[in-house]
Amino acid sequence: MAFGAFSGETVVIEQPRRRSRAALWLLLPGVVYLAATYLAPLVSLVVTSLKTPDLTNFDIGRYQYAFEIGNYGHVIATYWPIILRSFGYSALATIFALLISYPLAYFIGVTLRTYPLWQALALILVIAPFFMSFLLRTLAWKAIFADEGPVIHFLQSLNILPANAHLNGTPFMVIFGLTYNFIPFMALPIYTSLERLDLRLLEAGSDLYANPGSTFLRVTVPLSLPGVVSGTLLTFIPATGDYVNASPQFLGSTQTAMVGNVISDTYFNLQDYPSAAALSIILMVLILIPVAIYLSVTKTEDLL
Amino acid sequence: MPRSLPEDPLIRSLVVQARRAQLTRRGMLAGATAAATALALAACAPAGANKLKPASDVSSTDKKMIWANWPLYMDTTEGTGAHPTLDSFTTKSGIKVDYREDVDDNSSYYAKVKDQLALGKDIGADTVCLTDWMVSRWIRFGYTQTLDHSKIPNIKNLNPNLLNIDYDKGRKQSLPWQGGFAGICWNKQEFPNGFTSVSEMLKEPKLKGRIEVLSEMRDTVGLVMLENNVDISGNFTDAQFHNALAVLKKNIDDGVIRSVKGNSYTEDLVSGDALAAICWSGDVTATNASNGDKWTFAIPDAGGTLWNDNFLIPIGAKHKANAEAVMNWYYDPQIAAEVAAYVNYITPVVGAKEAAASIDPVLAENNLIFPDEATLKKAHVFHTLTPAQEQSYSSAFQSVLLGA
Repeated sequence: MAFGAFSGETVVIEQPRRRSRAALWLLLPGVVYLAATYLAPLVSLVVTSLKTPDLTNFDIGRYQYAFEIGNYGHVIATYWPIILRSFGYSALATIFALLISYPLAYFIGVTLRTYPLWQALALILVIAPFFMSFLLRTLAWKAIFADEGPVIHFLQSLNILPANAHLNGTPFMVIFGLTYNFIPFMALPIYTSLERLDLRLLEAGSDLYANPGSTFLRVTVPLSLPGVVSGTLLTFIPATGDYVNASPQFLGSTQTAMVGNVISDTYFNLQDYPSAAALSIILMVLILIPVAIYLSVTKTEDLL
Repeated sequence: MPRSLPEDPLIRSLVVQARRAQLTRRGMLAGATAAATALALAACAPAGANKLKPASDVSSTDKKMIWANWPLYMDTTEGTGAHPTLDSFTTKSGIKVDYREDVDDNSSYYAKVKDQLALGKDIGADTVCLTDWMVSRWIRFGYTQTLDHSKIPNIKNLNPNLLNIDYDKGRKQSLPWQGGFAGICWNKQEFPNGFTSVSEMLKEPKLKGRIEVLSEMRDTVGLVMLENNVDISGNFTDAQFHNALAVLKKNIDDGVIRSVKGNSYTEDLVSGDALAAICWSGDVTATNASNGDKWTFAIPDAGGTLWNDNFLIPIGAKHKANAEAVMNWYYDPQIAAEVAAYVNYITPVVGAKEAAASIDPVLAENNLIFPDEATLKKAHVFHTLTPAQEQSYSSAFQSVLLGA
């Protein structure tokens, strides 16, 4: 890099040219679109989260505009264990997805590089599940892990599980489901990073007397870090808010509710819009904090 | 003083780009703040609280209507998916019925249509069948149209017990479609001796983690309250409600009750994840029919709950007279018997039992479809809650369901 440029004689050059109006006009559709689809719902969400019940004319789902910050305190006090649980499940699912996806992506992106046909086939296998609705796939897991299903019977015959054990409805199944459903989102970004990995750098590493492990840690991992970061974000953020895997209709039960289930139930079943809105905002803020820390630690903010 | 830019062309262009981006970001923020203020102001504008006006009826010129109902609630020909009683109605009246299985759950259906209802707009259904407590809410909010009884002469066949219901005296806004019991069911291969109460099921060690209960609060909490000798059709106290809820909470926390679900509990009965459940009467018959005769339904000794799903005409519906013609058709005892033979729920139509006897004498003797006095004595209707009670009870119930 030409760092010398800064130390040399300073040359005054013209300021960035004034942008023409055409550029602003071209920006307009995007700004309008964002305002309509992102800003307006966000404002409405904040306004809703501060509403109070209409006490003079009380009825289900009737709220009036107010500035009731107490809604936030109330939902945190009631649902904090579930909020914590959501982050725990989601973090575990992200870690498992990473542990499974990295070798997979490495295999496809590096090992199979000399066999383009096999590489393409392996990629298709990673993407293939998307051809079927993920609701159906999740329901299929539920059937496979049913109490009278094949997996439980097999594990019981090996005496790994006791006679009346079950898996559906346990935290294990919810984390399993989250991991399973988000593996492609983890594997594909890592694959795109590893696919570009210059193998000569690895050779250079061994020429410099680094053992394979240290080459992996010092060369391969840093070079694939952009993929790992986008993969973990693509997994962690939606997994925290996920309400399908943890719902009793799918792999969860009453003991495994996640914050997405709480939001959906307070909104649809209780018509308690302020609480649902307050929880959504809390979730959004709580996700932003670890993501910001993560990005600043991995120093990859220019990725986004 | 303008700061000099670095000489290196690559870095210079990067710096220039970064400055531009900064400017844009500042502009965007300003724009965003302005937009947010405008939206907040718009949001604070008072909403008009006008009384809703029913839509004008175009039935006489537009011979069709849309009926939103629950799944498995209409006679259906295996294979073709045709509904014989509806087809014969269309042949007789010339009114085309678009029958949709749109209602999966009272609350979620309400959440879907409530905004149009509040504006008095068409919700895409000329009649919809919902459960008592939800119908009561629609009537309270003025979301229904008044029925013209002169267009429904068969209303004379309505079971007199259902005429003067507390939320709609004289049935001016609603009309029962089918009713049913909530009770208990179990896998009879595993438990040939069966059960007579919810608590007996909860105590059975072999059922730990294999029991499911309904997410319909009035049914699940209702059954436990009945077992506590509480009259759910009268004015019970908050403490009595919360005592019953505590029983459920304890069994959920201990893992005795595996899950709390809507209609999808039948899937878990079939898969074997659940061996016993608090459930609805008609579902057991239907599940037995399609998955081998494995389950038994019973009303607990302490009593079961009784509910009705009711027709109503949404405020924005444009085919009121056509919808009334459909209601009239299904209040013909012969037609009601044909439907009952398929759906296995309680028909509100007097005379359907006699009509059913001519189709199938065994059917007419089924106490869950044509309940006798003894069965009806064991069934109780959960009394209509005030909005404040409903909000507080359902919040408490919901937090038990979420394990919070």
